Amino acid sequence: MATKPRKTTHDSMAGSIVKSTAKSMAKPMAAATLESKSASERKTVLVTGAAGALAKRVIAKLHGQYQVIAVDFRSKVETDAGIPSYLVELHKRGFEDIFNQHKIDAVIHVGRMFTHEKTPQQRYNANVLGTKRLLDLSLKHGVGQVIIHSSYFVYGASAYNPALLDEDAPLKATEVTQDLVDSVELESLANIYLWKHPQLNITILRPCNVLGPGVRNSMSILLSRPLAPVLVGFSPLMQFLHVDDMAAAIMLAFDKNLPGIYNVAPDDYVPFQEAVTQCGCRRLPIPSIPPALPKMLSNLLNWKAFFPPYLINYFKYPVILDGALFREKFGWKPRRNLNDIFSYYRKQKLVLSGKS
Amino acid sequence: MNLKQRLQQQLVTPEILALMARMPKPTGSFGYDAWGYNEDAATLAVASLKLLYDHYFRVEASGLENIPPRGRVLLVSNHSGQLPIDGLMIGVAAATNPHGPRAVRGMIERFFPTVPWLGNLMNAIGGVIGDPVNCSKMLAAEEAIMVFPEGVRGSGKLYKDRYQLQRFGTGFIHLAMNNDTPIVPVAVIGAEETMPALANIKPIAKLLGLPYFPLLPIYAPLPARMFIHFGEPIIFDSEPASENEVSDRAAQVKESIRKLITEGLAARQSVF
Repeated sequence: MATKPRKTTHDSMAGSIVKSTAKSMAKPMAAATLESKSASERKTVLVTGAAGALAKRVIAKLHGQYQVIAVDFRSKVETDAGIPSYLVELHKRGFEDIFNQHKIDAVIHVGRMFTHEKTPQQRYNANVLGTKRLLDLSLKHGVGQVIIHSSYFVYGASAYNPALLDEDAPLKATEVTQDLVDSVELESLANIYLWKHPQLNITILRPCNVLGPGVRNSMSILLSRPLAPVLVGFSPLMQFLHVDDMAAAIMLAFDKNLPGIYNVAPDDYVPFQEAVTQCGCRRLPIPSIPPALPKMLSNLLNWKAFFPPYLINYFKYPVILDGALFREKFGWKPRRNLNDIFSYYRKQKLVLSGKS
Repeated sequence: MNLKQRLQQQLVTPEILALMARMPKPTGSFGYDAWGYNEDAATLAVASLKLLYDHYFRVEASGLENIPPRGRVLLVSNHSGQLPIDGLMIGVAAATNPHGPRAVRGMIERFFPTVPWLGNLMNAIGGVIGDPVNCSKMLAAEEAIMVFPEGVRGSGKLYKDRYQLQRFGTGFIHLAMNNDTPIVPVAVIGAEETMPALANIKPIAKLLGLPYFPLLPIYAPLPARMFIHFGEPIIFDSEPASENEVSDRAAQVKESIRKLITEGLAARQSVF
């Protein structure tokens, strides 16, 4: 284990207890005196994507216990007192200033440009080059822990997928579409740093569909619509996770610090069209044959935000994750079931229709 | 009331419901498992196929006590009759087994998920694509899997070759040993006579992208009487030293199926 620059704080030690018991034996006192620590002694955590629903929840959980720094490329996030907030693009030069101004101990990298945002080139820059820069800066400034929020998209929606994909299943997203290159490359990059620089303690989390209040990914946008496109004759099995449970998963990964790659998914499954109905959407049947037709329609009608042409396969074939490793290793269990998740979208529609 | 509900009301008897309730088959909050199996769809499938089972093929099953009431198992059977009617009937026999009903999982061809409706339907009634990952994960989840080691060599063979076991693949032996799974040998008698193929019309098969295309007297399954014999479980508890030994074990299973077939044919009094 490489030495970490700042060992006085609670959590970098929790990490080294796991890694090397001998080294941490001498310092059990620090954990006991956590409450009495002044702000300057607290561990500093940088959270990217701070404007998003998930990062906001993570920041709320971290706040008080840790010194939090909020970063987003979209807007300067309004934060609670004592949380510095920055509007910065990770792949731009200004990003390093944050590392110079604060002694950052850990990074929780939630910020991603969604697949429906901007052009593929801009997305590549933000997600791949941005992450590379984040990892390089973490290395340079002695960050002791990095959590990376990936996506189940990386596995690719193929008709030949077995169910319950393990973390070591091949990442075939680019077989399906070139538009997901950034998702896969971000992961490969994180993987390289994971084995090349163990001192970064990288944990990669691959969640299934994350839904809930404030979530703005394609699936959440789709299920918020009164009319949801579905492919005729295809209703792939899916897994859904409430954003609160995902935030809890990130916190567990952060607290336990067991580097590696983990699927984050419940062991409950529902077909897409059932989910659509359960969320109170009416189904808009889209002809699925010939296969090029739904893609054409999506392009033509500009459904990029919720039914993007390159995600069509994910509405056709299942990508079912085996989340057992994470559940067992971290003792994580989602608190919200499918019905809890869907009822938010149902109620949201009732409220909207009541107002109009 | 939609079509599905109407069918459920018409076909699903209290007996079927009671059997389905006894099945050791875990599903999630919407009645689905990770491979797309759905309780409601499976119940409806068992209920409707039970009619064919009782009244059309008049299936007689023996040795049902050899299917373990719970826990992982491989049902390894001979394959015949062009269409997988034998598989469906084994499924009904296991699902309505008075000694302990089981939901049997069948392996489907890889192109099925690409076919609208059919892919989802096959999954819902227990079919999964025959991927080794699927098989080992299902056995780990204590499922009952049906295997036809002859594959299309068995189902596509001609009437003149009936009841002659074709070459067995060895994948199922690896699967059984890697997952500590008992093998129940199964012999199906009568499926050969449901679709007596006189020849394989290869050009049409090639044109349609099918493994074979039979020349048949009638393009519908004939009402041949079917018999399904379940043999005693075979357990291989030691690791094989070589691939040769694996082949020997496959041959051993094949031999026990052959024996069940011979006995079954001798006991059969009429084809229809």
